[in-house]
Amino acid sequence: MKVHTKTAQKLPGLVAFGLIISFFVFHQSAYAGMMDEPLVTKFTMDKLEISNAKNNPKKWELDFWVMKDIQRIVFKSEGETVDGETESENMLLYGHGIAPYWDVQLGLAYDTHEEESHNWGVIGLSGMAPYFFETDIHALVDSDGNLGLRANTELELLITQRLILVPELEAEAYSANIPEMKLGSGFSSLALGLRLKYEFKREFAPYIGVAWHKKYGNTADFSTEDEEASLVAGVSFWF
Amino acid sequence: MNTQKPTIGLTETQSQNVSRRTFIKGAAMSSALAGVGFAPSQLLASMPGEINNQPTVTRTNTLSGTEFQLDIGTSIVNFTGTPQIATTVNNMLPSPTLIWREGDEVTLHVTNHLDEMTSIHWHGIILPFEMDGVPGLTYDGIMPGETFTYKFKVQQHGTYWYHSHSGFQEQNGMYGSIVILPKEKDPYDYQYDHLIQLSDWTDEDPADVVKNLKRMPDYYNYKQRTVGDFFSEIQEKGFTAAFNERKMWNEMSMMDRDLSDVSGSTYTYLMNGANPATHWRGQFKPGAKVRLRFVNSSAMTFFDVHIPGLKMTVIASDGNLVQPVEIDQFRIGVAETYDVLVEPEDAQAYAIFAQAIDRSGYAIGSLTTDAEVLAEIPEMDPLPILSHTDMAMDMKDMDHSMHGGMHHSQHQGMNHDMPAVDHSQHQGMNHDMPAVDHSQHQGMNHDMPAVDHSQHQGMNHDMPAVDHSQHQGMNHDMPSMNHSQHQGMNHSMHNMSEVDANKEVADWPVEQAKIKWGPHTNMRAEDAQYRLSDPGVGLRNNGRKVLTYADLRNLYPTRHDAKPDREIILNLTGNMERYMWSIDGIPYSKADPIHLKYGERVRITFINNTMMNHPMHLHGLWSDLETGDLNYLPKKHTIVVQPGARISFRVNVDAKGVWAFHCHMLFHMAGMFRKVIVA
Repeated sequence: MKVHTKTAQKLPGLVAFGLIISFFVFHQSAYAGMMDEPLVTKFTMDKLEISNAKNNPKKWELDFWVMKDIQRIVFKSEGETVDGETESENMLLYGHGIAPYWDVQLGLAYDTHEEESHNWGVIGLSGMAPYFFETDIHALVDSDGNLGLRANTELELLITQRLILVPELEAEAYSANIPEMKLGSGFSSLALGLRLKYEFKREFAPYIGVAWHKKYGNTADFSTEDEEASLVAGVSFWF
Repeated sequence: MNTQKPTIGLTETQSQNVSRRTFIKGAAMSSALAGVGFAPSQLLASMPGEINNQPTVTRTNTLSGTEFQLDIGTSIVNFTGTPQIATTVNNMLPSPTLIWREGDEVTLHVTNHLDEMTSIHWHGIILPFEMDGVPGLTYDGIMPGETFTYKFKVQQHGTYWYHSHSGFQEQNGMYGSIVILPKEKDPYDYQYDHLIQLSDWTDEDPADVVKNLKRMPDYYNYKQRTVGDFFSEIQEKGFTAAFNERKMWNEMSMMDRDLSDVSGSTYTYLMNGANPATHWRGQFKPGAKVRLRFVNSSAMTFFDVHIPGLKMTVIASDGNLVQPVEIDQFRIGVAETYDVLVEPEDAQAYAIFAQAIDRSGYAIGSLTTDAEVLAEIPEMDPLPILSHTDMAMDMKDMDHSMHGGMHHSQHQGMNHDMPAVDHSQHQGMNHDMPAVDHSQHQGMNHDMPAVDHSQHQGMNHDMPAVDHSQHQGMNHDMPSMNHSQHQGMNHSMHNMSEVDANKEVADWPVEQAKIKWGPHTNMRAEDAQYRLSDPGVGLRNNGRKVLTYADLRNLYPTRHDAKPDREIILNLTGNMERYMWSIDGIPYSKADPIHLKYGERVRITFINNTMMNHPMHLHGLWSDLETGDLNYLPKKHTIVVQPGARISFRVNVDAKGVWAFHCHMLFHMAGMFRKVIVA
């Protein structure tokens, strides 16, 4: 998968920033005790898939976190590469538990679109809503004062203990046009997915599914394909 | 693989024949296969001899006397088909059974051959705190290459056990039994004496098990509710009823099939170190009395034990004699011990069947007249499903409008598996008293220990005609009810009941630390009740006589014990989704010690704000459990607090020093732990 050169330059900076934050965060919570809360990490490739849409785009969605007690550093990345052009959304966040099932998150986002990139500050919520909806909501603000909102929720429906149906909904909205990123003001996009995965083990599940997305308003005007439905196939895994 | 290490468990021949799947699924094995590779007669316990007019315990790996050398090291074991390295004592799994005699002074030299620190804690043994074996609390632990010598006088008798108190060594195999022979013969005659030590084994590194639970709390639960279950409920009850039954669980993001954090998907359950394929066997002759000493040395597993075709008479609990009670089945919490007597009449094999609480597997052995004849493997009971009773709780974040939404009908729908008595009244209350809001409810339960629900229950049982009006009357007064009114009420109830456990209530000051609700806690027991006569989820109304704590009465009177000087209320808390555990919302690492005064008698009450059973173990001091009759409080070292329930016990603070007080679920222990200082 091709990573844009600018992305490649900035990502190490983001990661280094994350490591510095984690040092301070976790260092101060290192207390004496028989058995402390362990430092736990998790890398999740939630989606790594190919679709039958035009030019067979490849898509990824991953996150990595380092957690101790109710604090964690999270790196998230999702994007799509088609015909050698890549667009992605990346976030580096500090998360702190504020409720039994919810973390508040604070950090930076870094978007890429072909040759261009865009930085945001992020505040958000991540957790589990009633009825077991895994939900992320992130509010974005850039240096010009433009605002964005990204929300994502998904549910795991067990057909059997290993065959799992995952409906998903994703929506974005922006306060202004950001032409270099092909983002327009107002409600900009909606994506729905329905994936059926089989957990050979907890850590590894191939899946097939259907995905549909639509761009709205000014965002649609920037795009040639404003609505697309496709079949997808991929794997999810974590460790 | 280091071939010089001795192999315990299966021989190599067996490991080739028996696949991992066979064990973890607990599938029925033919006895022919199970017998491959060893002569069963070698495993069969032999006829007991006599020491001090007591039958000796028949185990091949027993050590007796007053001086012991215990060597901590590693051994290769094979329980699943894959050889693994276990942490062992004297190369045995379980560790050797130690036979002590009441009144003796025992000396135990423990040498650490590991490359990490180790320790041995003598579970349930009354001794000076320096000998208790908790690293960081009572001593520094035993460093690699070092020998620590324990020396103490044995002041009790019965069935106990010992285990490592360091890291996860206990999960990795470091546990053994202790049988202390009484100075004077105890009042039971029996011809055979078998130890039944239950445990759970995983091929995974226990630290990885914890990390898996942190990464994915339902990692080991392969018995979750499916979409199909929901559709069949819709067919059965209609959409509205089915949906409403799910509603509360869904709103709280909790699962009614969350019985065990760790399951048979990784565990192989062992009986005396034998997996279901190798099948432990113990001898008897028809008509003879057999004493079975059950010890649950699991890291994380509760077992439901029964012996199809035999009644069991419980004679001791946690080492201490109780008034005999005849039962069909008992649930044994982690770290508890029960002694039972059985009298098999027929020359056949009887299955000792210990199902894991979540029915994801079992440990099994046979009581048999012929080592070649194994008992048929019984069917496992249905999967227990948690009910509203097991919750007695409410999510902190749930607002009142949601509460308002929980109407009578929905309530009813959710209460399938409940002990019939208390909730019908509860329902009545909710129905009749819409004005009683939850904050008041909560206030009452938290601040008024005088409301003793065991009494309620007892009374309701005895006098169905009376209790309803009383109950209602009480509820009417409730919003304005004060302490004295309440008390008066209890007294009048008491007059109608044999039970007087609550007579003394409110005579002593009650101390409760401020509870820290927040991200560390995802449940709150809003209406935690005493459920002493509740056998627990999955065992209610199952057609068997199941032991409950209400059945446990000390064999000897305890009426000479003083009244408590004060009461300490401790809330067991946790967040299963984040997989963290605490007391009063505060994990051990951030908690202040509990201070007890030497010479005082204190009542401790637990309220379980989680959906898990927690076996709470107080080191060094007996826990006199309030089971209904103050004159015969049974002494225990480990007390199971059922999900959403409350329970009280009394402690004679008769040993100075520093003691550990914690949940004995190994993976709950880091947070659900307190240091107790007696000065």
